[in-house]
Amino acid sequence: MAQVPVMELAEAMYKMVKDTMGMKKWKATDLQKASIEMFGEGNVDKQLCKDAIKELVNNGRLVYTYFGGSFLEVPHKEGAAN
Amino acid sequence: MAVDKKYATPLLDELEKGEWPSFVKEIKSSAETNPMANDLLGLLEQSYDEKKGHWKHGGIVGVMGYGGGVIGRYTDLSEKFPNISHFHTMRVNQPSGWFYTSEALRTLCDIWDAHGSGLTNMHGSTGDIVFLGTRTEELEPIFKKLTDAGFDLGGSGSDVRTPSCCCGKARCEWACYDTMALTHYITNKFQDELHRPAFPYKMKLKMSGCPNDCVASVARADISIIGTWRDEIQVDMPKVREYAKNGTDIVKEIVMMCPGKCLDWDGTDLKIDNSSCRHCMHCINTMPKALAPGKDKGAVILVGSKAPIVEGALLSSVLVPFIKIEEPFEESELWELIENMWDLWCEEGKNRERIGEFIQRVGMGNFLEAVGLEPQPDMVAHPRENPYIFYEEYFEEGE
Repeated sequence: MAQVPVMELAEAMYKMVKDTMGMKKWKATDLQKASIEMFGEGNVDKQLCKDAIKELVNNGRLVYTYFGGSFLEVPHKEGAAN
Repeated sequence: MAVDKKYATPLLDELEKGEWPSFVKEIKSSAETNPMANDLLGLLEQSYDEKKGHWKHGGIVGVMGYGGGVIGRYTDLSEKFPNISHFHTMRVNQPSGWFYTSEALRTLCDIWDAHGSGLTNMHGSTGDIVFLGTRTEELEPIFKKLTDAGFDLGGSGSDVRTPSCCCGKARCEWACYDTMALTHYITNKFQDELHRPAFPYKMKLKMSGCPNDCVASVARADISIIGTWRDEIQVDMPKVREYAKNGTDIVKEIVMMCPGKCLDWDGTDLKIDNSSCRHCMHCINTMPKALAPGKDKGAVILVGSKAPIVEGALLSSVLVPFIKIEEPFEESELWELIENMWDLWCEEGKNRERIGEFIQRVGMGNFLEAVGLEPQPDMVAHPRENPYIFYEEYFEEGE
C-alpha cells in the first residue's frame, strides 16, 4: 500500500494536538504511535512522522514546549510570560 | 546602557571576599552597564535573604523550527525586577574540544552584550557555551547573528544534547581515536535529533579519547565512547629503569595499585600480564615516558550513566567491549546500534526515563536481546555479580 502523503499526515497530527489541547500533552513519539494506529503500519513509518512534525514546526503551526520533558503544542501565550 | 537603580547587596558582598574569583564580582561588573545584570543582583540578594528561589523555568520559548537550545526562565518578582521578567538561557553548540579563535570569542561576546545580560557560562556541564538571560523577543535576532557567525544552538529538553569530547588527538598523546572528528561527525549526523526533541528524555553522547575519560563520560553520558586498545601496553624498558633510578617506587606506586594485579617488577624488568589489564591507565599515567597504550586502538561503547535528577546517579555499563573508530565514520556499525537503542527506548520508555533507568527497569538481558547484542563476559564487572544475564546452557531441564 502507498504511503500517506506527508501533508495529509501533518494535517492529521495537527488535528490530534489541537483537539486535545489542555487535556493531553503530546510527545513526538506519542504522535508517531497515534499516527501509525490511525493510518496503519504499512502506510506510515518513523521517517514520515518525523517529516510531518518538521513540516508543522517549520510552519509554526506546532511549537515545542518544555514542561519536565519536551512536548508539541499549538502555539499559545503561556502564563509565565505575563 | 545606563543603570539607574542600585541595590544594597550585603549578603552577596560577602561572596566577593577571599582570593578566589567571585561570580558576584562578575555580575556587578556587568551590572555597571546592563540593567538585566543589575536586577539579577537585586533578585539574588532577596533570594539569599529569604532563602527562597524566585525562578520559574520551562515553557514555550525557542527559535522557529527548533525544539532545543533555549531554556525559558522567568522570575515571579517581575514587578520588582522588570528587567529580568524574562531571563532565558541559550545553549550554543561548542566546537569539538572547545577550540576557539579569540575573534570567535569576541563575536560571541558582542552578540551577547547587544542582546542579553552579558553573562555567560564557559562552559555548561553539557559542554555548550551558555548565554545567561535574555528576553523572548531577542531570541530570533540572537539566533540570526549566531548562525551568520557560523554557530548553531545546542540541545535541550528531550533531545540529543550537544555532543562533547575531550581535546583528543589535538593535544593529548593518549587519544586512542580522533574524538574531535567523531564528535563533529555525530553533531552533523544527528542534527534532526539534536534540534527536534523526540525522545522520552535527554540523550547525552560524550567522547573520551582514552580511559582517563577527561569528559567523565562514564558518569554523565547516556552513550559513552571511550578510547581503548586491545593489544599490549607499549613499554620502553630503559625509560622504566630511569623512573626507578630517579626515585619512583615502582612496586609501591604502580604494582601495588594495579587493579588487575597484572604487573610485576623485579628491580630490572617490568612484566605485564596484558590479559588481566583493566585499562585503568594508572601505570601509564605514572610513567608517561615509559608506557603507552597499545597500537591496536579503538573504543569501548558504554550505555546508561546519568547524574541524579529524577532518580539516583548511574554509571555506564559496557555494551561493545571494542570497536574500531576510524574514518570514514559513516561505515561504522555503531550507528545501527544507536538507532536500535533509540527505537526501543522511544517505543517502551516512560516520560522522563533516561535510557539507563529504562535498562534497569527492563533488565540488561532483555535490553541486549532487543537491540541485537549477545551478552559477553566484558559486560560483567565481577563474575556472578550481575543478576541480569543468564546462560541457559547452565540450567538443567525442568528448572
